[in-house]
Amino acid sequence: MTTPEVLKYTQETGDFSRMLESIPYAQFIGLTCDRFGDDLIFRLPRKEQNLGNPILPAIHGGVIGGFMELSAAIYLMMSQDNLRMPKIVDFSLDYLRAGLDRETFAECRLTRQGNRVANVMISAWQKSRSQPIATARAHFLMEG
Amino acid sequence: MTDLITDSLRTERVSRFINTLNQARALGISVVEANAEHLILQLPYSAQIVGNPDTRVIHGGAITTLMDTASGSVMICALPEFELCPTLDLRVDYMRPAEPDRPVFARAIAYRVTKNIIFTRCEAYQDEGNTIANCVGTFMRIGKEATPKPYRDLIAGSDQ
Repeated sequence: MTTPEVLKYTQETGDFSRMLESIPYAQFIGLTCDRFGDDLIFRLPRKEQNLGNPILPAIHGGVIGGFMELSAAIYLMMSQDNLRMPKIVDFSLDYLRAGLDRETFAECRLTRQGNRVANVMISAWQKSRSQPIATARAHFLMEG
Repeated sequence: MTDLITDSLRTERVSRFINTLNQARALGISVVEANAEHLILQLPYSAQIVGNPDTRVIHGGAITTLMDTASGSVMICALPEFELCPTLDLRVDYMRPAEPDRPVFARAIAYRVTKNIIFTRCEAYQDEGNTIANCVGTFMRIGKEATPKPYRDLIAGSDQ
């Protein structure tokens, strides 16, 4: 379970394994996360099960969405003192290039943190960070 | 010969298409209803897509995939011939969490089809009228020739 203890441990150590093990959907798509100083880079490994279009082949657009959505939630949680999973309100996603059958990365940026709502930008890329395959923004409700 | 597309033909085509998508198979997404107006898909409940083990609620990402699949397949119902249409964008609004142990349905419509773009709307629900999430999307028409003929034939089946 994503208990406050696990979140505190993750925040302090930068070791995301325990937290990600507690989220079945993260395991399902294979999401991992690394911390570099204060920066978080999320990683979606190449995985046959994540494919949609079999011709290219390409990662299912929904998986790219789910990967970015979960990345944003984890990013937000780690940047808060409040150790609770934020609730997603809405999610807007632009697909810029086909997500090919290879490793995908994502990084997030907190655009605005209000009292109750936070706005997060997410960018996903494969070969080069300067050529994103998708960009997204999401609103989260911070509770408690 | 008139090209009469029946609802059972639409159901078969969408089913064949969805079966070629690994992620849709992994999630167990299936066709409930397909007609000229809309497409309804079903996502069964499964422990592997839970986002919060405390509440056992499935993660929004699985709902996004369900709605992307429904919105991206509804053109099979709307167009006379199969075309693969890449997603340009999706906007998802989450109304409430899905109840555990119950399937989630997604009803998609292609409310405007132009030469280049298809505009879709999709609603995810468990009980009719009790929306879990809404989604609007746009898809690009790259033409049927952009999809290899063997794949098009696979989706069209032996009915062509």
